[in-house]
Amino acid sequence: MEIVLSLGIGVFAASGIWLMLRPRTFQVVLGISLLSYAVNLFIFAMGRLTVGAPPVLGAAAEVVSVDDPVPQALVLTALVIGFALTALFLVVLLAARGVTGSDHVDGREPHQAEPHPGNPHP
Amino acid sequence: MSPTALSAPAVSAWDDHLVVLPVVLPIAVAGVMFLLDERRRRLKAALSLATVLALLAIALVLVGRVDAGAQVYRLGNWAAPYGIVLVVDRLSALMLVLAGVLGLCALVFSFARWGQAGPRFHGLFLLLLMGVNGAFLTGDLFNLFVFFEVMLAASYGLVLHGSGEVRIRAGLGYIAVNLVASLFFLVGVSLIYGTMGTLNMADLARRLATPASGEQALFEVGCAVLGLAFLIKCSAWPLGFWLPTTYAAASAPAAAVLAILSKVGIYVVVRLSLLLFGAGSSAGFGQTWILAAGLATMAYGTVGILAARDLTRAAGYAVMISSGTLLATLGTGSGGALAGALYYLFGSTLAAGALFLLAEILQRGRDPARADQPVFADEYRDPFDDAGATEVGRALPAAVALLGIGVLLCTLMLAGIPPLAGFVGKLAMFTGLAAGPITAPAWWLIAALTLSSFGTLMPLVRLGIRNLWVPSDDPPPVLRSTEFAALAGLLAVCLALALWGGPALAYADATVRWLEQPQDYVRAVLGAAQEGVRP
Repeated sequence: MEIVLSLGIGVFAASGIWLMLRPRTFQVVLGISLLSYAVNLFIFAMGRLTVGAPPVLGAAAEVVSVDDPVPQALVLTALVIGFALTALFLVVLLAARGVTGSDHVDGREPHQAEPHPGNPHP
Repeated sequence: MSPTALSAPAVSAWDDHLVVLPVVLPIAVAGVMFLLDERRRRLKAALSLATVLALLAIALVLVGRVDAGAQVYRLGNWAAPYGIVLVVDRLSALMLVLAGVLGLCALVFSFARWGQAGPRFHGLFLLLLMGVNGAFLTGDLFNLFVFFEVMLAASYGLVLHGSGEVRIRAGLGYIAVNLVASLFFLVGVSLIYGTMGTLNMADLARRLATPASGEQALFEVGCAVLGLAFLIKCSAWPLGFWLPTTYAAASAPAAAVLAILSKVGIYVVVRLSLLLFGAGSSAGFGQTWILAAGLATMAYGTVGILAARDLTRAAGYAVMISSGTLLATLGTGSGGALAGALYYLFGSTLAAGALFLLAEILQRGRDPARADQPVFADEYRDPFDDAGATEVGRALPAAVALLGIGVLLCTLMLAGIPPLAGFVGKLAMFTGLAAGPITAPAWWLIAALTLSSFGTLMPLVRLGIRNLWVPSDDPPPVLRSTEFAALAGLLAVCLALALWGGPALAYADATVRWLEQPQDYVRAVLGAAQEGVRP
C-alpha cells in the first residue's frame, strides 16, 4: 500500500509541476489541480497509513491503533478551499481569455508584439 | 462559541470576547454586505466605515491589554493543544493596529471613486481584513492556513476590482503564484504534524524544548517548506517577482490595503522563528537563510525602485524593501535591531500605502490601469465618471500643494531621512546592531540599510518632481475631501509615530523582549488551558 500511495503522490506531483509550467492557462489550472491532489494525499500519508483501524471515537478501550482524524480534517478543509480557489482561477482564466484574446499565460501569443508599449507613462 | 471559562477572574466575560471580535465582526458584516443591493452605496459605505472604526478601536484597546503578556481566547472552550486558540500578545496587537489604520484609510479613500468601480468591494474588503486579523491572532498553524486562504481569496477579488486587461493579466499570475504557495503551506503543515503530532504553536515550542528526536530533520524540512510559503507572501527575493506588477495593476485603495498582506508573511516568519527556533533543539534554524533572503530582497528592491518609471511601481518596490529590512534584521539575531525594525515596519507600511494612494491621484488620466473593458458591463462604473449623483466629498483647492507635501512626507519616511519616523527606526536598528561586538552580518545589514536609503531617496525625488513640477497639458489632479482625509490620516499617523517615538520604540522593545521569552507565551497558552479543562 505504501508503494502505491507514494507512487500516486509522485506521479500526481510530477505531472502537476510539468503542466503548471506549460504556457497555456488551462494547462496551468490542470497542473495546479493535480498538484493539489498530490498534496492532499500527502497530508493523508502524514497521518500514517492504517488499515481497518477504528476512528478515535470507537468504544473499545483495548484498541491500540486508532486512525488519526486530524489529517482527515485538514484534507477536508484544504480540499474545499482548493476547490473554491480553482473555480475562481477558472473564472479569471476565462476573463483573461476574453479580454486578451489569447489563452497564453502572458496574455499574448509568443510571436506577437507587446500590446502595451513598455513605458505607458512617457 | 461559548465564553472562555473563568481563567482570569479579573476580566469580565464580555471583555474576554474582545479578542475574537477582530475576526467575527468583519465576517458578520461582510455577510450582510453580500445580501445588500449594490445600489445602496451610502448604507454599505457607512456600515464598512463603522466596522473598520470598531476594528481599530478594538485593536487599540487590545494594545492596552497586553502589557501583562498574552491574552488567550479558547474557541468552544476546548483546552489548548486540542482546541483552537486565539492569542493576542504585543506583536499581534501591534499588527492589528497597523491593519486597522491602513484599512480605515484605504476604505475612506475608496469612498471618493474606487468603491464604485466594481461590485462587492466592501464585502471583499472586510473579508480581507478578517483574514489578516485572524492570521495575526491565531495560535494554531492550520487555522493560520485557513485565515491565509480567506485573506488571499478576498485579495484576488480586490486585485481584480475595477476590471480591465492589465488587472486581469496581473491577477492571473498573482493567483497562480499564491495557489502554489498555499500548496507549500499545506506540505509544510502536514510534515510538521506528521513529525511533531501537533499544530498548536505553543505546543510545538514546548515539544522542541526537549532534546531532539530522530524525526528532527524531517521536522526542519517541514519548517523550511512552510517558511517558503511565507517568504513567497512577503515577496522575498527570488520569490517576490509577482509583487510590483500586481500591486501596480491593482486599484489604489486595494493596493494600499494589500501592502499589509506582505507584512502578514513577515509577521509569521518573526513569530515562528522566535517562538520555535529561539532556543531548544532547533535553535537558530534557518537564520542564515533569512538573513541572506532579506539582504537580497533589499538589494533587489533598491535596484527595482531605481528603475521604476512610475510612482505605483516605486511604492511596490518600497514594500519589498521594507519586508527585506525586517527579514534581514531578524536574520542578524539582534534583539535591539529587531525592535527598531518593527517600529520601521509600522511606519514604512503606512507610508507605502500612502504612496499608492498618492500615485493614483497624480497619475490620474494617464493611468492605463483605469477601469475599462468590463467583463460584466452592468456591474462596473468608470470611477472617473463624475456625472453620477453619488458624489461623496467635494473637490479641494490647492490640491497640488497638498499632494506635494504628501509625496515629500512619504519620501522622508521610506528613505529614512530625518526628522520622520523612518529615520528614527533606522537609527534604532543601527544602535541595536552596534550595541554588542559588531558581527559580519551586522556590517552587511548596516551597508544594505544605508544603500537602500539612498536608493529609495533618489527615484522618489525624481518621480515626485516629474509628477508635481514638470509642466504638462494635463488638467491638475482633482482631490476629493475623502481622498484628502485618507492621505492625511496615514501621514498623520506617520508624524505621530515620530512625535511619540519614545513610547512607540519602548513598545517595540518590550515586544521583542516578550518574543525572546517563548516560555512565557507557551505558559500563557498551555498553562491557561490546563486550569480550566472541561470535565
